[in-house]
Amino acid sequence: MELTFWIALATMGGLGFVFAGALAIADKKLRVEENPLIGQVNDLLPGANCGGCGCAGCYDFSVQLVEGKKPVNGCPVGGEDTAKAIAELLGLEAGASVKIVPRILCKGGNKEAVKKMTNYYGPLSCKTMHIVAGGDKLCTYGCLGGGDCVEACPFNAMIMGENGLPIVIEEICTGCGICVKACPRDIIEMHPIDREVFVFCKNHDDPKTSKAVCDVACVGCGICARKSDGGIEMVDFLGVINYDKLDPEKIPFEKCSTGAITRISKN
Amino acid sequence: MSLFSFAKKTFRGGVHPFEHKEMTENLAFEIMPDPPTVIVPLSQHIGKQATPIVKKGSVVSLGSVVAEPQGFVSIPIHSPVSGKVMNIHREPNTSGYPKDAIIIQTDTTIEGSEKFEPLNYETISGEAIRERVRIAGLVGQGGAAFPTFIKLSPPDGKKIDYVILNGCECEPYLTRDYRLMLEKSEDVVVGLNLIMKAVGVENGIIGIEDNKPEAIEKLKGVATRFKNIKVEVLETKYPQGAEKMLIRACVGREVPPGKLPMDAGVIVQNIGTATAIYDAVVKGEPQLYAALTVTGKGINSPKNLMVKVGTPLQEVLDYCGGVKEEAVKVIVGGPMMGIAQFDFSAPVMKATSGIVVLTKEEVNEHPETPCLKCGKCIEACPINLVPTKLSRYSQLERYEDAEDLNITSCMECGTCTFTCPANIPLVQWIRLGKQKVIELQKEKKTA
Repeated sequence: MELTFWIALATMGGLGFVFAGALAIADKKLRVEENPLIGQVNDLLPGANCGGCGCAGCYDFSVQLVEGKKPVNGCPVGGEDTAKAIAELLGLEAGASVKIVPRILCKGGNKEAVKKMTNYYGPLSCKTMHIVAGGDKLCTYGCLGGGDCVEACPFNAMIMGENGLPIVIEEICTGCGICVKACPRDIIEMHPIDREVFVFCKNHDDPKTSKAVCDVACVGCGICARKSDGGIEMVDFLGVINYDKLDPEKIPFEKCSTGAITRISKN
Repeated sequence: MSLFSFAKKTFRGGVHPFEHKEMTENLAFEIMPDPPTVIVPLSQHIGKQATPIVKKGSVVSLGSVVAEPQGFVSIPIHSPVSGKVMNIHREPNTSGYPKDAIIIQTDTTIEGSEKFEPLNYETISGEAIRERVRIAGLVGQGGAAFPTFIKLSPPDGKKIDYVILNGCECEPYLTRDYRLMLEKSEDVVVGLNLIMKAVGVENGIIGIEDNKPEAIEKLKGVATRFKNIKVEVLETKYPQGAEKMLIRACVGREVPPGKLPMDAGVIVQNIGTATAIYDAVVKGEPQLYAALTVTGKGINSPKNLMVKVGTPLQEVLDYCGGVKEEAVKVIVGGPMMGIAQFDFSAPVMKATSGIVVLTKEEVNEHPETPCLKCGKCIEACPINLVPTKLSRYSQLERYEDAEDLNITSCMECGTCTFTCPANIPLVQWIRLGKQKVIELQKEKKTA
């Protein structure tokens, strides 16, 4: 009886020592030195793993940041505060970081966009509507109103407005840009929050067709482009803004018959 | 095989929707007069769209070439009427999105028409047939509108030993192929003979569902005059007319996932394609007409029609007595795979096989309810996919999981959606997932 006890104890204890030894050696021999900064930077990040910075999650961003591949203010979600904290930790300059927000470049809500004579019947998702004839509205470029962007927003910063157009709540928005990818018609664009002039339309139809499909479409008259001194270029009946050259004072906003080009004020 | 040899030839799965072919099956084809204007889309086929060679104001005669092919997978387009080119513009299209089209105003005072030289079908070479089919601008009449001449030129090293002519017409309502088989049985069989010659194949099969006894009888009669052509009677079931199902039923071969019928040594052509090949070779006519069935309880007088390509749907509907008050849905193509229309100024295209006008009682408009996990769609799927999972993965944007379950093999026949007791739009979601997976695969290739 006693002998069995000692044998068992010796076997188990012996095994324990062998494995412990193996682990001790492995710890010394196979050790990977990780820059402690990576962990510290990671702690400062919001931890949303949204991918807005272009990396596969927050940890990946911290690795790339410490390696110098990403700027200190590269996290759009954390914004200025995070950038400052990281800069302090790394002893760098934070640089100015302007918040970027998505802009919905379509004004054709349920009231303004002309409807088809038929009703769409099928899954109520922009993606599925887009691959068939595109929902109830006639415009083949505009917002479908299915709310794929609202659903995709990981921060609940978007809501569907009464008019069937999504609204961005800028205070909550972190600028991660996931909504941009969710939109099958590419009408959402990321812009610095202090940018004021936008063409709220993506319709490339000729004037007659675009007038027929929407009350607020860019009809392609080109008045804004002619007065803009190169700030606006007409591409297939649509004004496209070149923000480097744009001078908002030169644009005759009141001349735009449909209000497609608008200056938004912050208050 | 021996145990079930008494059973009719068919495939696993499938459904049998109400046929409703009685409305038009006994009506002979009528030729519709030329409409005042035709809208001829530049892209009536899979592949690159054709390049117009006419300008606004050009005068074109019947059958003259108005657009040249661009690239290999493309075909020329001929003017279906004599007249004047009004414009070249983005116009509504039956696919849902506007596409570039040539608008021609019909002018009967312009004389002359262009045709090819008629050829003798008994002495013609395979090469000559392929060339004629290419310059006549023929596309597959089965629905996908793939340029026919490419299908007739199998790549070197592919051994083909069967040509199957698809006379199933498994889509409910449509009777176009049935009428073609009855009225032009001679053309159908000669057309099949021409296809066999072009591909260099000895065996031809015409597969017909057993709900068309008259057509079977008639074609069997004609086929006896040709050696190596036989008529195969198949069970009436949807989608019996899908290439892979037809091959399974007729020659008992399985086309591997992601492969073409050619890989199983078979070429499948539609009845309408066979008659079009006959017209192009023997009569020397380019494809100017689309044979189609206008049917459904919502149309005043259903008809089988020969319509000029480019005729707006509205003109066709008006010619058939107009749409009834209670009509709620107009579908171009068959009710199972066709596309619902919202703009009747969209034109008839080369591969348009039917216009179905449905009333409320014919349309299933029940709200979607949660999946019951009953497995009916899995049982019905003719190519053994799992529609429940595929549609869910697509909804959740889990495209990689969907790819693992072979979502790209789906032919979008809609059998799963038809059979679903919970009214889940399965095929719609699968279609989305399929497109996304193909996009991702292309991205991976280029990266």
